[in-house]
Amino acid sequence: MKNFIGNVLFLDRSDINTDEIIPAKYLTENDKTALKPHLLEDLKLPGFDSAKDLDDKQIIITKANFGCGSSREHAPWALEVNGIHVVIAKSFARIFRQNMFNCGMLAIALSDADIEMIDSEFAHTSTNVSIDVENGIIHLSSEEKEYNIEFSISDFDKALIKIGGWVEYADLHY
Amino acid sequence: MGLTIAEKIFKDHLIDEPFGDVSVLKLDRVFCHEITTPIAILDLMDRGKDRVFDPDKIKAVIDHVTPAKDSKTAMQGKILREWAKRHGIKDFFDIGHNGVCHAIFPEKGFVHPGFTIIMGDSHTCTHGAFGAFAAGVGTTDLEVGILKGVCTFKKPDTYKLEITGTKPAGVYAKDIILKIIQELTVNGATNMVIEFAGEVVDKMSMEERMTLSNMAVEAGATCGICAPDMTTVEYLWEFIKDDYAGKKEALESFSRYKSDRDARYVKEKTIDVSRMEPLTTFGHKPDNVKPVSQMAGTKVDQVYIGSCTNGRIEDLRVAAKVLKGNKINENVRAIVSPATPKIFSQALAQGLINIFMDAGFCVTNPTCGACLGMSNGVLAEGEVAAATTNRNFNGRMGKGGMVHLMSPATAAATAIKGEIANSEMFTL
Ligand code: SF4
Repeated sequence: MKNFIGNVLFLDRSDINTDEIIPAKYLTENDKTALKPHLLEDLKLPGFDSAKDLDDKQIIITKANFGCGSSREHAPWALEVNGIHVVIAKSFARIFRQNMFNCGMLAIALSDADIEMIDSEFAHTSTNVSIDVENGIIHLSSEEKEYNIEFSISDFDKALIKIGGWVEYADLHY
Repeated sequence: MGLTIAEKIFKDHLIDEPFGDVSVLKLDRVFCHEITTPIAILDLMDRGKDRVFDPDKIKAVIDHVTPAKDSKTAMQGKILREWAKRHGIKDFFDIGHNGVCHAIFPEKGFVHPGFTIIMGDSHTCTHGAFGAFAAGVGTTDLEVGILKGVCTFKKPDTYKLEITGTKPAGVYAKDIILKIIQELTVNGATNMVIEFAGEVVDKMSMEERMTLSNMAVEAGATCGICAPDMTTVEYLWEFIKDDYAGKKEALESFSRYKSDRDARYVKEKTIDVSRMEPLTTFGHKPDNVKPVSQMAGTKVDQVYIGSCTNGRIEDLRVAAKVLKGNKINENVRAIVSPATPKIFSQALAQGLINIFMDAGFCVTNPTCGACLGMSNGVLAEGEVAAATTNRNFNGRMGKGGMVHLMSPATAAATAIKGEIANSEMFTL
């Protein structure tokens, strides 16, 4: 299982599409690691600088419909090669969400109220998150506060992330 | 309760339903090309899983950019070539023997009724023309297909399209699928299987059915299926003649993959083609469709005849009939890419290549070529193309270029006029 713990990058916008996550011009790369410097380089978000803001971040918390647009798997890969294995959002585009679990990574959808709460309590502090997959608990902590939020994913998705993705799952079971 | 074709194929291939909502199916074929497969191969190597489930069920081709145009595309070919060799994949088609994947694989007899097929390519739906379930997939699914010969799918909801009436002169399978996409819109069949039925489909050749099924994905569908019949048997006969006592027996066996009378469809629609006109697209979405008559006079810079939609021998025949004795307009450049070496040879033997060359066409080797704007006919910014391909997305044939999709007949007429034109005036 991948590592689901780390520092949070808050992306305060809905509808961040896969072109913003990784621009189409890098789709010809045969090697995933070549995507590393280009994650979120075209993100339209005032004040955001992918070269600096991604530094030492392992978890993204964002708004609704993350990963919309083209269904490219390069989007989760670009996250993966940057050590980001978790995205928490109000909602996800369907294929992006499945691609995350297929790669053994976590896409956690929380209620609007939960995300707004996290936003107001933690967004402007340096926040650390650790995730307990077995019990479905997100543990948030900053210098001043700590907080636990419950989440749920399907049994199949749980099986996928426990083993490290669909390739590993299929190789074991079929 | 009765079953649809897709449901029957699912039933026959189901090996697991791990947590209820997804079906894991056994695969009969995994098709590969040099754009999407190398990254899957490298990832499998990375995981220490450089294996294949069955080298005889995997078929591979270099078709998108061939001959290679630069170091990057050369490397994609090299990775695929070495992998095919390493794993004993005998059906690997390299330069000299290669052609557009969705034309060459059926032509080699690799697609049979009732098969399950995946490929890392959105137009894999083409193979549904044979009564197979064929779907484009992403890289992880492709990796699992290569490694284990399985794939997960959601239950196949089927949208039945009954195509009735008589095709008027000048109206082809391409016009019919453009009309369907216009009526369904680009999301009309999302996550569904389209089943093409009705008297018009029954009369179609396999080539025409492939044109229909090819663009099912443009209406959002996972696959576009046609029921197998005697036309399917005839097309496949040279490959299956040892397996059956006769064509009647083959037909009987294939008929297992027809929908039951009481099959349940999530949607049904009837389209009468009797009053149709030839159609073309405008703008950057394939459901932006208008009659050619309303688009007549639109100037074009390049005409492209080819691709997995319309690069087959019947398409070249139709285009050559329009072109015969004519020259293309002096303000137009025109390119034809026969989709496979076999089609190229047939076109040569039937004198079609001469007709294209006399008219002023550039004839290229079999390849996807200009279709995806990576080689062999990229548009300059602001240029307009008339193409027999399947996608008119912004930048598809080159940054800042516009693509109008149409039938080979309309494309040929357009080449002669230098502007979008109806083929009728040249075939009377
Ligand atoms: S001809 Fe065009 S649409 Fe068909 S497989 Fe090649 S690039 Fe894709």
